[in-house]
Amino acid sequence: MNSPAAMRMRLRGMIRKESLQILRDPSSIAIAFVLPVILLLLFGFGVSLDAKNIRLALVVEQPDTRTASLTGAFRGSDFFATVSFNSIQEAEQALTEHHVDGILWLRNDFSSRLLDGGNAPIGVFVNGVDANQARITEGYIQGVWQLWLASYAREQGSALPVSVELEPRIWFNAALRSRNFLVPGLIAVIMTLTGAMLTSMVVAREWERGTMESLMVTPIRIWEIIVGKLLPYFVLGMGGMLLSVAMALWVFEVPLRGSFWVLTAVSALFMMVALGMGLLISTVARNQFVAGQIALVATFLPAFILSGFIFQISSMPAPIQVVTHIVPARYFVAILQTLFAAGNIWPVILANSAALLLMMVIFLGVARRKTRKRLD
Amino acid sequence: MKQSLQRIVALAIKELLAVLKDRKSRIVLVVPPILQLIVFGYAATFDLNDIPVAVYNEDRSAPSRELVSHILGSPHFHLYAEIDHDGQIAPLINNKAVLGVVHIGPRFSADLLQGLAPRVQVVIDGRNSNTALLMQGYLRGIVRDFNLAWARRSGRPPPAAYLQVRPWFNSNLVSRWFIVPGIVGLLTLVITTIVTALSVAREREAGTFDQLLVTPMRPVEILIGKSFPGVLIGAIEGTFILLMAIYWFDVPLRGSLGALYTGMFMFLLSAVGIGLMISSLAVTQQQGMLGAFLFLVPAVILSGFATPIANMPDAVQLLTYVNPLRYFLIILRGVFLEGDTADILFHYYWPMAVIALVTLSLAGWLFRHRLN
Repeated sequence: MNSPAAMRMRLRGMIRKESLQILRDPSSIAIAFVLPVILLLLFGFGVSLDAKNIRLALVVEQPDTRTASLTGAFRGSDFFATVSFNSIQEAEQALTEHHVDGILWLRNDFSSRLLDGGNAPIGVFVNGVDANQARITEGYIQGVWQLWLASYAREQGSALPVSVELEPRIWFNAALRSRNFLVPGLIAVIMTLTGAMLTSMVVAREWERGTMESLMVTPIRIWEIIVGKLLPYFVLGMGGMLLSVAMALWVFEVPLRGSFWVLTAVSALFMMVALGMGLLISTVARNQFVAGQIALVATFLPAFILSGFIFQISSMPAPIQVVTHIVPARYFVAILQTLFAAGNIWPVILANSAALLLMMVIFLGVARRKTRKRLD
Repeated sequence: MKQSLQRIVALAIKELLAVLKDRKSRIVLVVPPILQLIVFGYAATFDLNDIPVAVYNEDRSAPSRELVSHILGSPHFHLYAEIDHDGQIAPLINNKAVLGVVHIGPRFSADLLQGLAPRVQVVIDGRNSNTALLMQGYLRGIVRDFNLAWARRSGRPPPAAYLQVRPWFNSNLVSRWFIVPGIVGLLTLVITTIVTALSVAREREAGTFDQLLVTPMRPVEILIGKSFPGVLIGAIEGTFILLMAIYWFDVPLRGSLGALYTGMFMFLLSAVGIGLMISSLAVTQQQGMLGAFLFLVPAVILSGFATPIANMPDAVQLLTYVNPLRYFLIILRGVFLEGDTADILFHYYWPMAVIALVTLSLAGWLFRHRLN
């Protein structure tokens, strides 16, 4: 019974059964291949933090050449789509009704104060509801203002007041293209979903239909059931993963600076973690309704919000940072963003892979224990 | 009429029991939303706090120290290490020990005193471009304040013009005020969808749906009975999350609650409609769950919850018009922060009503016409 040959036979039988089940119900294949492609296309194009065409209202109470040079600087900027208003009241109305995102207001004494010793105020209102976008808008307005100050000083023949200049050097993504970090992060989110969805129902389904008991009376061992169930889905999941990576490279043109083989190896590890998580959910829930709900709650939103994919983990309060450590996507996001943008930086890759390995062992170990316990 | 009402009430009670009778189902409906609200409410922020930076100050003079203390004194940054040669920069950044290195050259104070503009180099980890952009913005602000203070003290003229920035509705630009109202919509959508998405599929799988169809109940009555638990549970949990947003997270509620609840009711109806439509299309629970996922994930990501809809390409923006969460988020944020009332929000009510009408009718039609 325990001979390697018998074990191989049982395992092969189990894998064959699961594979047939996959082939007969196309929904698994859809989850593995169609889901990642659609989601990646939709989100890769849809999710962007690069503010462009910020709608800026210009209110100039007393137009002259000086105000024209300032408003011209904003009109010429790629970041802004400017609209002129005659009075500040009209502009404020437009801001309230979401027709513009910000207002630049030059009061009627702007030019006279400019000539009279400087320090003329430029009124800026931005819609602060989306604080992140407001801050980015403010940053762009400051950039235009500084350029204008320099050119104005040149025109007047006066030296610019001595000031420290900031010289930012952005490593890894000099153009600050948000797609370059969002697309690898999305792969992690989508793969968490795919992996967990593939397996979260499979064991629960057997319990619900009563076929788990039938499986239990065969000589097959628990871990053989687990391996037999995981392997076919692993193959499917990796197919979807490679498809996503290919899309990141060729559809979204995200540069891959690290090695493709490291990426594949880490992806395989992560796929095992995601499948293991689904299997654990399935084993604990034993009921498709509950399994589905847990899978939804435990995978998508945590991977989206707590993985560092979009929200910076180091800015979160300390207790929440602790919580992020139990989100597998966190480690995968760190590895993917590093591999794509920076290259094979081993300290980052190894530390996060070790965490993933640990999570895989825990998920599969607990799933195995739970299965045995419930049988007794 | 009275009989019809009786039948609807009976079905509604039965549906509610089907969801709530199982202890595990009750737990998954109540515990995760509360946990998620608290965790996500704190986690989902674009504000940078305590970002680790390293300082490489080659000019150990008073002005350069002052600039460094301006940077480290802000709540956004904290000192991870002081370094003393170029070679230390790359490992710190590469290994994510710091997100930025401020490099002040040896001639900083000499240049400043001589009236030459000294440059301060900052190396920023661009792996997360949004963080990099924000960091750059914070540093620019700090340097600008330093320059103004320096000009004032050394008796130099101020710049020709200065910016007087006033953010509306959220004067301190707290990103939690933007995200937490969003979470109200997000979690309400998730709860409502999972309550309804399996309700028909479960009965089809068990075979009891055919029995329901041969009772005197009309499809409309089934539809109302099946919608009831989703709307009720969604409204109760939505209210709870709303209270948490106001009293726990201290997000100001400036508009009218009536306007908010009108929006929530429309939103719940449209979410229930979509859930029931998915459920009527599915033959098995697995398919129902898959359908719920396929709806929820894009609905969340393409709703404007975290990334603005205005940044999306036109084709994707068109898609967001059929997403009820898109409208509900505008309503939530409008009522919370901008003090909106029902008349301003009318444009966001009716699209949800249309979505609800279409999806509920389709679901009712599918009860009898689902082809196997």
